[in-house]
Order: sequence, then structure tokens, then C-alpha cells
Amino acid sequence: MTLRDPGFYDHLPWDRRPTVLWPNGARVAFWVAPNIEFYELNPPRNPARAPWARPAPDVLNYSYRDYGNRAGFWRMFDAMQRCGVRGSVSLNVAVCQHHPEVIKACADAGWEFYSHGTYNTRYLMGMTEAQERAVIQDSIDTIRDHTGQKLDGWLAPALTYTERTMDLVAEMGLSYVCDLFHDDQPGPVKVKQGRLASIPYSLEMNDTIVYNVNLVSPRRYGDILKRQFDRLYQEGERSGTVMCIPLHPYLIGQPYRLAAFEEALAYIAGHEGVWLATGREIAQHFNTHYHDAFATAAEAIGEAP
Amino acid sequence: MNHPTPLPADYLDYPLRRHGMDHDRYDWSMLPQRAPVAWPGGARIALWVSVSLQWFPLNMKGQPFKPPGAMQTAYPDLRHYTLRDYGNRVGIHRVMQALTRHGIRASAPCNAAVARRYPSLIKACLDQGWELLGHGLDMDHLHHGALPVEDERAWIRQSLDILQEATGAPVRGWLSPAKSQSHATLDLLADAGLDYVCDWVNDDMPYPVRTVSTLQGGVGLSPAHYQHAPGQGVVEGSGNTGIAGSTGGASGLIAGRGLVAMPHPIDIDDHTILVQNHHTEDDFRDALIDQFNGLYREASASNGRIMAISLHPWAIGQPYRIGALEEALAHIMSHPGVWAAMGAEILDAWKAGGGAG
Repeated sequence: MTLRDPGFYDHLPWDRRPTVLWPNGARVAFWVAPNIEFYELNPPRNPARAPWARPAPDVLNYSYRDYGNRAGFWRMFDAMQRCGVRGSVSLNVAVCQHHPEVIKACADAGWEFYSHGTYNTRYLMGMTEAQERAVIQDSIDTIRDHTGQKLDGWLAPALTYTERTMDLVAEMGLSYVCDLFHDDQPGPVKVKQGRLASIPYSLEMNDTIVYNVNLVSPRRYGDILKRQFDRLYQEGERSGTVMCIPLHPYLIGQPYRLAAFEEALAYIAGHEGVWLATGREIAQHFNTHYHDAFATAAEAIGEAP
Repeated sequence: MNHPTPLPADYLDYPLRRHGMDHDRYDWSMLPQRAPVAWPGGARIALWVSVSLQWFPLNMKGQPFKPPGAMQTAYPDLRHYTLRDYGNRVGIHRVMQALTRHGIRASAPCNAAVARRYPSLIKACLDQGWELLGHGLDMDHLHHGALPVEDERAWIRQSLDILQEATGAPVRGWLSPAKSQSHATLDLLADAGLDYVCDWVNDDMPYPVRTVSTLQGGVGLSPAHYQHAPGQGVVEGSGNTGIAGSTGGASGLIAGRGLVAMPHPIDIDDHTILVQNHHTEDDFRDALIDQFNGLYREASASNGRIMAISLHPWAIGQPYRIGALEEALAHIMSHPGVWAAMGAEILDAWKAGGGAG
């Protein structure tokens, strides 16, 4: 059997790239990606993954997620507004039906919506191409109908995939994905058709990983965010970097976690030379100015795949 | 390569993709849009301390999953059995002292096994003026989806009977062991006469929960997993919570008394922070202080909040940990407008103060 890599990008060393210049001479393109999600209490079964840790009904974990939309979102939203930071919503698009009030608050604040699938309890593994296309089209249609926005970005629901996912989202007109964690700058994604960028969306900064996997304290999370920013800001003087904070309102919106997060957010937003961007804006800038140059540079290196 | 199993065509059906929730247990409701609540004395924060009194049998089965605090080693796990029992012998007294200093009375979710085994512990709680909550038979009787309804009804009845016998007072609140429920738990709790339940962690304030009567031929909402099949509905009975439900259905389900879900956190919890997350005692203190400061800022005299702290004497009652609780309580109680109260008192004030409306 041939050993495989995903085949989405060529090796491109950090020190052999075109210099990235962000608008207005910014060093860091900074974006915040709240995952606005709906987890179903009783989703249909996907043999590849159980939706809940406990046997049905898992009221503890279901209600913990539900906290995000009922309570946590509003607290997180206010903190971001106070810091002047727009969100790029990683959206389970069924939230447009379940909780349009949340969607309206984000839309009124000028936030971007991109797709995180239909529900966080409907997984792509095992889908036919037609099924997967239907999910992507559902996202395009629902976001357009409820927000007037064109869907540009993708983060697969619950980070579940088929081998076709990247090709399909590019072919269907999306311009960026958040599913690849191999870099601190955007990069071209090799797809059959279309023009697709990978935009850094950090799992290391993601509150789910930080709180549910690494089990850190809220004040420590604030420290982690500042350290991440400080280094990317320093390195961004030479060539522009990207920093993303992916959030989940059920986690960051807990009262005891909010203050340390808001302090870190204010710290970052208070620096000169920080581009407070959305995913779409970063992707547009990269795809317009650097997509081809990065691809050419990687080809010149000539390493795998 | 392993190819995943193909999915059926109806995997992309979304019958419950609608406004609100994907079940009918409670209504979708946004915290900032709630009716203001007024706590007694114009308080901003109702401080609710919950102290769980638990018994983990040495030969526990841990089914269908191991609850937090379960036995870990091969039988006999003397280590964990005795560490948990430490809370009922020693730790609880440190917790009581820490609370008494500030005149705080706790709600104590209490396994029936604790009431049966340690009457002196129950007496100590009653001497403190504490409220006892139903907390199941013991930590090895988890309520879960495969539990037959009549077995569960008997477990709840037995749990409440034992507590009421020990205290001489009706029990009003319930915390399921490990916050685990079956599809029928809420219905059975309401039918058993309980007023509030602490298992759901989706809110910072109380909210009404809909139930169906299991006493009039219903078997909970289990067949539809909390959801009424299309065209069905619940016929309103003499529900006492003023919850509007769907009506005119043909399912024959009769509305139950209803319940109120009280905000009993999994985050602000000594086991979660100190045992599961391995944070320091200072981290635990800081988490409580940050939680309080955040809620205090949100609250005002006309829009109260609840800060609930969930404790386990076998965790927080260790000598090296108890100081963290004491320091956090000193911070909290130094603020004006903090009303330290028990669950039933908060529930009654919430209902009287307009929260339920």
C-alpha cells in the first residue's frame, strides 16, 4: 500500500516565501471565529462517530452546548463589540432556523458567516458525492437567504471529511477553508477546480482544545493568547502573519472565563499594525495577491507531494 | 484505506429544523431578554452553594458509565472507596465551618444511601438549617435511557421516601447522580412532586420545563426522544407552572405538573476544576472570584443573577483545598447585595419576583 499525505499542498519552507504585505502595513491579520453551533439531542446515526459521549439522552453534554446559544453567545458578543472586533461566524447553518435572533445580532454587527455544516451532529464521513454536494448547497442557500451574504468559507462540521470535501467546496464557489493547520500564513490548496486558500485557524488557540482537551484555566488561556499574539506580531514585521481565535460560546461565554479573554482581546486589538479582519477579507487579499506566487514558490522547491 | 459505511438517504432529513429547540422539553429563550427578577432585599446576586453527599459502593458496577468519583482499580478499591468516604466523615465538617462563618446555608443533594448509613450526618445538616435534595439511591444507580420506567419510578420514590423519613420534610429539588437522566426522568420527577431539577447546564437562571404525566398511562416522552411526533401534542392538564404547551393532540399524552430547571453548574465545581482539570487551589479560588465578578457586573437590583457553586466534600474538604473556598467566599460575601440562599428559596423568590412570567 502506498503511504499517503492529504495532497492538498506542497512543502513550502517558512524562509523561502514571497513576503506577505497586509493592508495598511499591518503585521498581523487577526480574526476571531466564533463557532455558532447546534448539536441535536437525537441525531440520526453515523457509524463513523457517536454524537454524544454518554448513552442517549446525554442531557449533560447536550445542555452544555445549548448554554452557548441561550447565555454564552450574548456575553461573548458584547465583549467582542466592546473591543471593536468583528466575528467570522463558523456557522452550523440550521441555527438560521433554530435561533434566527443570534444570526440577526451577528449580521447587524457586520459579521461574516461561513459554513460549519448544517448541524454539528451530522458528519460528512460516509456521504456520497451527491449527499456532500447537498450539504454544501444547503449552506450556500441558507446563508444567502438568511443573511444576504455569499458563502466564501468552510470549516467542516465537527471536523469530519470525505476525500472529496476540498474539491467540492472549491468547485461550488468557496474561496477558503479553515480545516488545515499546517501554517501561520495562508496558502494555496490544490483542488481540481476553483481557487481555494487555506486560512490559518488555530486549534492551539481554539477554546475547545484549550478548555476541553488541555483543561487549562481561564487566566492561563488569556496568557496563551497574548503569547501567541506577541510572537506572531514580532515575526509579522518581516512578513505578514495570521492569528485566529476560534471560539465556542458555550465555553468562552461562561462568566468566569470571559474577563481574561476580553483582556487578551483588548490587548491584541489595542496594538498598532493589527489588521482586524474577517476570514473572507484575508482570503480575498491572499488569493488576489499571493495565491499564485506561493504556488509558484512551492513548485520551485519541488518537494513532496 | 478504511472506507466509512455509506449513509442512508434520509441522513439529510431534518424534521426538527425549526424555530427553537429540537425537542419540546423547554422553550428557546435568550438570557438577556428574560423578565427581570427581584431578589429579597434588593440583592443583585443569589449565592447558592450545593454540597453533594454521596456514597460510592465498593462493588459498584459503573454502568452504563462510571460517574465522576467512581471506583477505579480492581476490586476491592479501598483507595477510592475511603477517599470518597472521607468527605462524609471529615471534609463535610470543614465545608460546614467555611459556610457557617458567613451564615451561608447550603442545599445538599443527598444519596439515599448516605441518609440510611449516616443519620448523624443528616442531623448535622439539619442542625445547620440545610435543605436536602434528592440525589438518587447512591452513585451506582445512574438514571439512563435503557432503565425501565417502572424501575426508575421506584428508585425515585425510594430515594425521596428515605430522605423525607430522615428529615421529616418534603423534598423539593433533585440532582440526578452524575446529572444522568433517562427519557422519562423529568416526567417521573414531576409526578413524584418535586419542584426543581439541577441536571441541565444550559442556563444561568431558572427556566420552566415541560413534563407529561406518567401516572395516566403515559410512559414519558421516551418513544420520541423528548419530541412529539408530527400531529401529536400534549393535552394540558392541571399543570402548575403556567407553561404553555402544544394542545389538541391525538397522542393521549397528558401534561404533567412541570418542573423548574435550576442553574447548577458543571464548570464552577470542585471536582471539575481541582480533580478533573488538575488546577491549583488558587486557580479554583480565582475561578470562583471571576465567576462572581462577572455575574455581579451583569446583575443589578432589578435584574438579579444566581451564582451557584457545586461542591463535593471528598474533593474540596481536603485540608490543602478548603482555604481556596474560604478565600473565595470571603471575596463574595464582602460585596453588598449578595443574598446567600438555598435552592428552594431561590426558586420561590424567582417565581414570586416575576422570573417565571
